[in-house]
Amino acid sequence: MTASSPATGAADRVRAPFGVRTAPVTARDVHGAYTVLACADPTGPRPCAGQFYMLAAAARWGAGEDERPYLPRALSVLRAPEGGELRFLIEDVGPGTERLCELGPGDALSLVGPLGVGFREPRDGRRAVLAGGGVGIAPLAILSDQLRAHTTVLLGFRDGAHAAGAELFPGARVATDDGAAGHRGPVTDLLAQELDADPLAEVYACGPPPMLEAVRALCELRGVPAQLALESGMACGFGACFGCVVPTRDGYVRLCVDGPVLDAGRLQTALVPGAGH
Amino acid sequence: MTAASRPARGDRGDGAGDRVAGAGDRGYPHGGGRDGASPPPADASPAHAAVELCGIRLRHPIVNASGTFDAIAARRVFGDELVTRFPFSAFVSKTVTLAPRQGNAPPRLWELPAGLINSIGLPNRGLDGYIEHDLPELARLPVPLIVNVMGFHRDEVVRLVSELSARDEVAALELNVSCPNVETGLVMGADPGETARLLDAVRPLTDKPLIVKLTPNASDVPAVALAAQRAGADAVSLINTLRGMALHPATGRPWLGGRTGGVSGPSVRAIALAQVDAVRAAVDIPIVAMGGVSSGRHALDLIRAGATLVAVGTESFRDPAAGERIAAELAAEQARVAPPRGRRDAG
Repeated sequence: MTASSPATGAADRVRAPFGVRTAPVTARDVHGAYTVLACADPTGPRPCAGQFYMLAAAARWGAGEDERPYLPRALSVLRAPEGGELRFLIEDVGPGTERLCELGPGDALSLVGPLGVGFREPRDGRRAVLAGGGVGIAPLAILSDQLRAHTTVLLGFRDGAHAAGAELFPGARVATDDGAAGHRGPVTDLLAQELDADPLAEVYACGPPPMLEAVRALCELRGVPAQLALESGMACGFGACFGCVVPTRDGYVRLCVDGPVLDAGRLQTALVPGAGH
Repeated sequence: MTAASRPARGDRGDGAGDRVAGAGDRGYPHGGGRDGASPPPADASPAHAAVELCGIRLRHPIVNASGTFDAIAARRVFGDELVTRFPFSAFVSKTVTLAPRQGNAPPRLWELPAGLINSIGLPNRGLDGYIEHDLPELARLPVPLIVNVMGFHRDEVVRLVSELSARDEVAALELNVSCPNVETGLVMGADPGETARLLDAVRPLTDKPLIVKLTPNASDVPAVALAAQRAGADAVSLINTLRGMALHPATGRPWLGGRTGGVSGPSVRAIALAQVDAVRAAVDIPIVAMGGVSSGRHALDLIRAGATLVAVGTESFRDPAAGERIAAELAAEQARVAPPRGRRDAG
C-alpha cells in the first residue's frame, strides 16, 4: 500500500502520516440536516472506503456547549476525489460537530488520518448492497465510488430534513420513519426486499446502533455476509487510549485500529454501549 | 481469553546484576536505533537537552505516560514514520499484570471541558503474553523501554518484577501502586506503610531502576513518596489520574462501565504541579512528572518544580506526535530561560 495507490476495497487500510496536519476548508454545502465540508489534503494519501479521520477545527476548538469540545471527532470520509480533496458529512449533534459545521472556506481543519480498517471487496462475486442510516450514509458514498461493479444503495432517515442527505446518492432508494420521503418505515424493509429478490449479495452497512443491529440480525437469519461500520466514543483514533472497544465473539476489540468496519459474523450484537450519544 | 496464568518461570531473586552499567550503557543519547536501522529523528538537534534518569541516558526529557500510547498499534497505523520520528526519549509500556485482562465494560470515556475521564481497566495480555508478543516488538523501538507493572497482591508484583527484571530489553520498571491490595483492602500507593512493604518485597529482586508511580488519590502523597525513597525506590512518577465520575444525561446512572474513572488532561495540570512541588520538598530521588502537559511551557513548569523527566499523556490523543512538538518547545523554552554561553545576545 502506498500513498498514491487508489483505495479500493481490496486494500482496506492505508497508513496515515504521523501527527496532526492542517487542511484548509475549500467548500461547505448544506443538505437538509447535514453539512458537507470539503478540505484540501494534498500531502495525505487517498483513504480506503470506510476509513476515518480525527477532525478538529484548527482554531477555536473548545468552550462550546458544556465548555467542550476538547478531543477531536472521528468522522468517516464521505468522498475522496482525485487531487487530494477530502469530504466529510457532518450532523450537528453536539459541541464538536456544531463547531465543525460552522467552518467554511477561509477556515482550516486539523486532522489525523486515514485511520482504521475499511471495507473489503465483496466475496465470491457477490453483488454489493449498501444500507445506510442517518449520518452513517457517509462511508457508503466513497464505497460506491470505489466498488467498480454496480451497487444498490438503500438509505434510511428519520424525516424529510434528513432525507436531503440522499441528494449525495443519485439512484438510491430511500426510506423515512415518518414517510416524508420514499418508503415509510425502516431501511431494513428495503434491505429485506433486496435480499428476497437476490440473496447472493454482500451487505455493507453503517448507521445508528439499532439499525445496524437490525441489519446484522437480518443478514444472520438469511445467511448473507455483512460488513458493518460501527461507531464508538473515541479519544485518539490510533489505538492509544483503549477507550473505543466494542464487544465481539472474541472479546473486546479497539474499533479505531481493528475497525471501524467489522465483519458482522464477529458480533453478537451491534448495539455498542455508549455509541449513538 | 482466560484469567489463568501459567506457572512461574522461576524467580531470579538473587539481586545480582549491573544496574548502573546495564542501564547506562543502554542509553540512546542520539536517538539512533539499537540495531542501527533507525536514523535519528529530524528534531534531534543539539538544542535538545540530553538527560539522565537513574543511569539511563535519554536524548530529551519527554517520555509518554503509561497507558497513553500503544507503540505497537501506532506502528500499524503510521508505519515506519513512527519509528524514525519516535516522539519520546523512552517508551513506557501500558501496565502489565500477571494474568491477562480484558479491561472494563464500555463506555470507557467521557469528555470534559479540558480533558477526559477514562475507565479502561488495564486491559493487557498478562505477563507471559507481554513477554512473548509485546516485548520483541517494543525492543525494536529506538529508545529505552520502561515497563509499568501492577499486582493485586504482593506476590504478583514479586513475579512481575523478577521476571521482567531478567530481560535485557527492559531498562527500568515502573510500579503502578494505584490499586487495592486484596489482602488489606488498602490502596498500596495511598498508604506509606503499604508502599514501604511492597518495596521491601521487590527491591531486593532487581538492580534495574525502580520507579514508583504515585497516585494522587492519597491524603499525603509526599509521605508515600518518602516511604518509597526510604525503601529503595530509585525515582517516583506522578501524577496518576484523579478519580472522577460522570452520569448519563438521560438516565442519571453512571456513564462509565467502571462506574468511576480517572481524570486527565489540562484540568489536572495545576494539581500535578502542586503535587510535584510537594514531593520535591520531601524526597531527593528523581521525579518523572506528568499531568495535563500540552506544551513545552507546561513541561518547563514541572522541571522548574523539580522534575527530571516529563511525561505526555492525554495530549497524545489529540496529536500522536505531540511528544515531538513538546520536546522541541521545551528545548526552545530552556534555551530562552538559560541561553547557552555565547548566544546571550543572539536575539
